[in-house]
Amino acid sequence: MEDKKIRVMVAKPGLDGHDRGARVLARCFRDAGFEVIYTGCHQTPEQIVAAAIQEDVDLVGLSCLSGAHRYLFPRVVELLKQHGADDITVIGGGIIPDQDFQMLYDAGLKAIFTPGASLDSIVEWVKTNVKPMP
Amino acid sequence: MTPKQEDIEKAKRIRKGDVRTASRLIRNIEDQIPEAKTTIKHIFPHTGKAHIIGITGPPGAGKSTLADALIGSFREKNKTVGVLAVDPTSPFTGGALLGDRIRMQRHAEDHGVFVRSLATRGALGGLSKAVGDAVHVLDAMGKDIIIIETVGTGQQEVEIINHSHTVIVVLVPGMGDEIQAIKAGIMEIADIFVINKADRDGSRQLYAELMAMLDMANISSDGWRPPIIRIENVFEPISFQKKLEELSGKIEGHFQYLMDSQLLGDRLRRKSMMEINEALRASILEPVLKELAENGELEMMAEKLIQKKSDPYSLAEEIAGRYLKNVP
Amino acid sequence: MYFAEKILEESRELNQKWEDEVRRTVSSFPEQKARWSTVSDLEIRRLYTPEDIKDMDYARDIGVPGEYPFLRGNQSTGYRGRYWTFRMFSGMGSARDTNERWRMLLRQGQTGLSTAFDFPTLMGYDSDSPKARGEVGRCGVAIDTLEDFLALMEGIPMDKVTTSMTINPPATALWAMYCAAAELKGVPLGKIGGTIQNDMLKEFIAQKTFMCPPEPSVKLISDTVEFGTKHVPKWNPISISGYHIREAGSTAVQELAFTLRDGIEYVEDVIRRKGLSVDDFAPRLSFFFNSHIDFFEEICKMRAARRLWAKVMKDRFKAQNPRSMWMRFHTQTAGCSLTAQQPYNNIVRTAVEALAAVLGGTQSLHTNSLDEVLCLPSDHAVEIALRTQQIIAEETGVANTIDPLAGSYFVEALTNEMEEKAWEYIHKIDDMGGMIAAIEKGFPQLEIADAAYNFQKQIDSCEKTMVGVNKYITSEAQAIPMLEIDDKVEMEQISRLKAVRRKRDGKAHKKSMDDIRQACRKGKNVMPYCIEAVKNLASVQEICDVYREVYGEYRDPGLY
Repeated sequence: MEDKKIRVMVAKPGLDGHDRGARVLARCFRDAGFEVIYTGCHQTPEQIVAAAIQEDVDLVGLSCLSGAHRYLFPRVVELLKQHGADDITVIGGGIIPDQDFQMLYDAGLKAIFTPGASLDSIVEWVKTNVKPMP
Repeated sequence: MTPKQEDIEKAKRIRKGDVRTASRLIRNIEDQIPEAKTTIKHIFPHTGKAHIIGITGPPGAGKSTLADALIGSFREKNKTVGVLAVDPTSPFTGGALLGDRIRMQRHAEDHGVFVRSLATRGALGGLSKAVGDAVHVLDAMGKDIIIIETVGTGQQEVEIINHSHTVIVVLVPGMGDEIQAIKAGIMEIADIFVINKADRDGSRQLYAELMAMLDMANISSDGWRPPIIRIENVFEPISFQKKLEELSGKIEGHFQYLMDSQLLGDRLRRKSMMEINEALRASILEPVLKELAENGELEMMAEKLIQKKSDPYSLAEEIAGRYLKNVP
Repeated sequence: MYFAEKILEESRELNQKWEDEVRRTVSSFPEQKARWSTVSDLEIRRLYTPEDIKDMDYARDIGVPGEYPFLRGNQSTGYRGRYWTFRMFSGMGSARDTNERWRMLLRQGQTGLSTAFDFPTLMGYDSDSPKARGEVGRCGVAIDTLEDFLALMEGIPMDKVTTSMTINPPATALWAMYCAAAELKGVPLGKIGGTIQNDMLKEFIAQKTFMCPPEPSVKLISDTVEFGTKHVPKWNPISISGYHIREAGSTAVQELAFTLRDGIEYVEDVIRRKGLSVDDFAPRLSFFFNSHIDFFEEICKMRAARRLWAKVMKDRFKAQNPRSMWMRFHTQTAGCSLTAQQPYNNIVRTAVEALAAVLGGTQSLHTNSLDEVLCLPSDHAVEIALRTQQIIAEETGVANTIDPLAGSYFVEALTNEMEEKAWEYIHKIDDMGGMIAAIEKGFPQLEIADAAYNFQKQIDSCEKTMVGVNKYITSEAQAIPMLEIDDKVEMEQISRLKAVRRKRDGKAHKKSMDDIRQACRKGKNVMPYCIEAVKNLASVQEICDVYREVYGEYRDPGLY
């Protein structure tokens, strides 16, 4: 009997350790019925992408509060593409000023959630926009 | 490309170590996509080369940290490693937090290491139903070592013995009565004991208890007395490194022993028996159950039992007679 | 007994009547919610009366400022002698950029400096490390070598201004730079004053800026305490911090309890490892709390913290010197209470939180800027935040009298309740074998994760309100001016670092690195060797790499 699950990865690229949001989100994804892999803090984009492919996730959620998202988020998307895994949806969250949104969308992120986004709205977005592969 | 060719192609890519194909196949096995079986058929002949190590023990014993350290130590010897780390699925939401990977994440970029997290999805015994086939995938990829980490619920997770050559049981001092509860089960499956956090109070006592248990057990049946390795503090780089070398020496020693003593054959037979058991169940029982459920017969039979119009055995015989050519 | 029996009798009688009245009212006009609680979910009753504090003893439990148990403050004159230090946390881009901001703040009336470092510096990586890509100068100032540090301190009178440095794993390296810079400027170590945060336990618990495992991390901290005690007597070698514990989602009680239990762990380690007596160094221990949005809970937390620490020092460590019993603390308003939506509301939140910190008796205060939830604060936003403190100090009159809320039935009862709940945690951690053992078990981490998740659920279900987030939402975005960090900062910083590496004396550099390694291996105090090394232009990462090599690396165990 087929039993398809959404698999997601919550990842913290860069050196900042502010993982409150990432961890709350991981729990919330579990409660939404997803299988959740959390990478822990201090990950390079390379580590995140390698893990996402090994785990065959449908979605990577990146969280960054240090301002380094301008480099780190696009780098993750770029590396996924290089590995032929650009069918994995990438979303981002953290302290991200409005003026950076366009740049991140242009880089290939599909959604950005900033402080104040409700957990329900994020889960809803994932359920609408991500279907389990293949 | 015909479906068959496609499967052959996939199998080829997996044998060349293609991570994407392999991880997708494991996903399809977990999701119970029927086509996954076809690919497994093509890779099965190329399996059987890896040394499979099971790691089990209660929660918080340090299984993932140990797995991480073992990966490092095998990599130093240029051996490639695959890891299957199992975490529990929530029975309420169907979701799962797969957290073991975090501690192995430093190896993420190493092409010689493949780590895959699996959720139990309702399976009991500390593993996922997909473990057996996932091991085949990693094996076909050419991994020299495959590490399986069980959930670690503190319950008896003896299932691991059916999947591994060498089982490591990790314990920590200060578990109180838990050791009593798991004693019986682990005694039968442990090939190597590790006492983690052995610098803590109660470590001597735990060691003494294990020794006493081993003394009492009938070791002579297969001749291997499980060694006990005490790791004082994983944060002490120099002493930890030493203990790690000791442990990997024992792991290799155990595998060598299995080969020399012909016991490897016994373990393989046990594993194969289990596999064929499961496969039979999947290809005979499950389709029958599915059909009976879909056409409502299952419910009708239950009703018959309630009304005492029949008994379970007669009903089962009737069904068996209908589906099977030769009922024994 | 706090009240005469007659007063209690009257109070009970009045209360009885009032309760009957309330019951009637509520039956026809129900209250707005069935349960009223603090932001930390501590339940608060409808009314507090003399009954709630009847067991208190005025002299024993409340007393006067400047006297044990220091509930009402360390200083006998409160803020009438001196206001708290207005200390704005700042740092961005290169050392030169930050130096400019600092001078601006000093001109505006700020009385102390506080350094924000960028993430590579905080984690002990140089600007040219692959791990630093995209992070250099972003979230604070980038410091690689003493040359950067000298640029940072350019024109700052190091014998007059005190400087706080928010730095943890590489604290020894950065403090060594401060000491070396002072020496080069001709200021003796005995004259410099300031604080290094240097609190690793809360990093394992909450903020995750870690490098080496807990045990050697605490050893390095004890080194700084010993070195400060002997050579830099006006320096606070540690700021035991609850701020980050709270930001990670803890309750106020957890913040209080875990912070104080961390403090106990450090004191025990210094006594055991360094053989100092508690009164030698305890007066230089400082603390750092969060001031969140729940006004009274914060005030009570700070009052309870002072009394609790005084008891710990007196009873547990047998301190004799009253100054050892002082809990001196810095406060920062809660970053996690700010919202990206309707950002101007943040000014109001910060003002309320700052007022709570002042009524709680803080010694030093940072007020967040309205834009901090979006980016590094702009000059304009920083100015409003600083003015907020000045208005509280000099216009509102709250500094006129000391601890004005003492004796309030509610405030004293809540202070007592929080203290009791904190003791429960402290005893529980004692039973686990101390804070390091508790951290290894994941105990404080998981308690905080549970509280954070609970709070988020309450926000999502609108059980708790965040204006602009789950209530009074406006669709129109408010644009505010924002500070941007130029992407060029990273390249420029890397070339400066490369130039330093080229010009330094290779032999002297290598010898001083070997000396640190030997000191680590032999368990000697690393501080003198660090000062020597930074003078030979050793970088932050080079020193930290030695620690990683000798002590091992700690990685996120990822408890959630």
